[in-house]
Amino acid sequence: MSRMNIRISGLGGQGAVTAAHLLAMAANKDGKYSISNPFFGAEKRMAPAESYARIGTERIYDRGELVYPDVIMVFHPQVITMQKSYTAPFYSGIKENGIVIINTSDDLLSEEDHQRLEALNVAVLNHDATKLALEIGKTELSTNMAMIGACAGVTKVVSLEALDGALQDRFGKRYVASGGTATLDEAIKKKYAKKEMLLKANLECITESYKMSSEWAEKQENLNLITV
Amino acid sequence: MNKQVETSDRKIIASKHVKLGQKNQKGQTYTDVNDIFYKAKQTPSFLTGSEVIRAAIKIASVGTSVAYPITPQSEAAALIGELYSEGYLDEYFRGESEFAVMGQCAGAAFGGHRVFTTTAGPGTLRAMENFPMWAGSRLPIQVCVTCRGINSPLSIQPDTLEMHYLLETGMLVWHAETAQDLFDFILKGFIVAEQPDVHVPIATCCDGFFVTHTKDTVELPPDDICLTPYDPYRNPQPVMDMETAPIRMMRDPFVMKSNYISYATHASWQQEIKAAVERSRKHTIPLLDGLIDEHNTDREILVVSSGTAVSQSREAIRLLEQEGIKVGLVKIKTIRPFPYEEVRQATKKAKHIFVPEFNVGGWLAREIKACIPDNERVYAGPHVAGGMTMPSEVIVDEIKKHLGMETAEAVSLG
Repeated sequence: MSRMNIRISGLGGQGAVTAAHLLAMAANKDGKYSISNPFFGAEKRMAPAESYARIGTERIYDRGELVYPDVIMVFHPQVITMQKSYTAPFYSGIKENGIVIINTSDDLLSEEDHQRLEALNVAVLNHDATKLALEIGKTELSTNMAMIGACAGVTKVVSLEALDGALQDRFGKRYVASGGTATLDEAIKKKYAKKEMLLKANLECITESYKMSSEWAEKQENLNLITV
Repeated sequence: MNKQVETSDRKIIASKHVKLGQKNQKGQTYTDVNDIFYKAKQTPSFLTGSEVIRAAIKIASVGTSVAYPITPQSEAAALIGELYSEGYLDEYFRGESEFAVMGQCAGAAFGGHRVFTTTAGPGTLRAMENFPMWAGSRLPIQVCVTCRGINSPLSIQPDTLEMHYLLETGMLVWHAETAQDLFDFILKGFIVAEQPDVHVPIATCCDGFFVTHTKDTVELPPDDICLTPYDPYRNPQPVMDMETAPIRMMRDPFVMKSNYISYATHASWQQEIKAAVERSRKHTIPLLDGLIDEHNTDREILVVSSGTAVSQSREAIRLLEQEGIKVGLVKIKTIRPFPYEEVRQATKKAKHIFVPEFNVGGWLAREIKACIPDNERVYAGPHVAGGMTMPSEVIVDEIKKHLGMETAEAVSLG
């Protein structure tokens, strides 16, 4: 039995919940077992919001806050710089040979952080997902797409085809979400003349990010991630 | 006592005022509940618990649903509103508070509708006065309780303390572990609650977020079949108005006076509600495959639990198995009626019984302690509360510590 635990720390409004759901939906389409759930306080933008995707080869019962992740994705620098995460430090509980993907252009970790992560052979990928989102999706609201792409590119836990299918399910059909999510869904749909264009831009964002992170992963010498 | 019922006795009679095979106005075919679950083809879908509530209500032939927003049930309530706009319900509206909602549900049920509503946490407590009122009035209303913290400071996260308040309301109280359970319980719950010899309200409980907001695989029957509607003529008591009991009793001086016969009237009515809850067993056992699920109960160490704590225990048992520690599992599906005899039998061989719970009080452990011999075998824990997650590692650690085994340092840096 193998299982990959993915913890996403972001801020309210960034699509961290949507990202975990998409990863789990894609894994399900790939024929794997998966489960995803969010964790947040009363809804407000820019407040800490976390979500978790568990993907494995056998039925998964575990749910709730993910304490021992293999993969940590940080959607916003403030998660680290302003301690907007549910655990301190944000990488608390990371497993040996894990990976941390941070949406940033600069190194945000202290010397101590680096030492602790190196001791566990945890790789750190600084990945400017918001820049990619602005370039390809023309909106920072696509940051979550770029982060999903990076996760898939490094871990290969889901295929691009399955992610495409999950996108169709989530944005192609009528979807009822809570008030905040529905408002953001509307905001991003308004940016595109047609829904198909939104889906296309999102997939392009995922694909480009996937490529970049795959290339990065190939160059890493000590990457020893769990495979599912 | 009730006659012994086997899980294979799938004989349940639902409504007779429509014919099976007949179609409703949405083109759905009225189908026996057993056929919906045991004959119809089930298709796997990947859904959140809220979406699963929608899927269940779509085929539940519900007459009225009243909504009021409170996390984590708001999405489900909104999705039921969608079903209404599509023509699947006769009535749907927003109440003014949870208290108002439950009163409005009562009105709709008195009028002969199948009624469904959802609430959570502080909402459940705000509505509380209505629950024993529903039960005393023999209204088979279903409320889906998506448990969350009830205390101040506020928490919107899962905590099952509110279920403790429901235990003596006279309602059936079922506790779903997963979205699949929730789907099954909602549909089967209507049928059991509406039996003439039961005819009391039902609370189908699940842990908020862990079920409502979690995407998981659920097997669903097709949506072109549906339950037969509620048949108000199978109500065991006459329609209540000022001239018929028990409302008449409130008006009649002998009951409202402080005298022995008034107390006796009330006491016997409460006993009848309790008896009705017990009588639901014979309908529930075949439909739910028993009030409990058992896995390896011949083992010395057992976990007995309900709701999400069962899921976390399944993972903990997997981890312990890797270390050669063998642990059995009892999952309790119905809290009311409480499966006293089943739990007594299942725990017969156990030397250590662990009861993990998502609440500070440990009410489930108390229920279990109250019904088994040698109850010092029961270890009430681990507990988490206030919306905390219960990692399976915590259950593993607690079991090992209690048994005097060495516990390894967790991999955490935190």
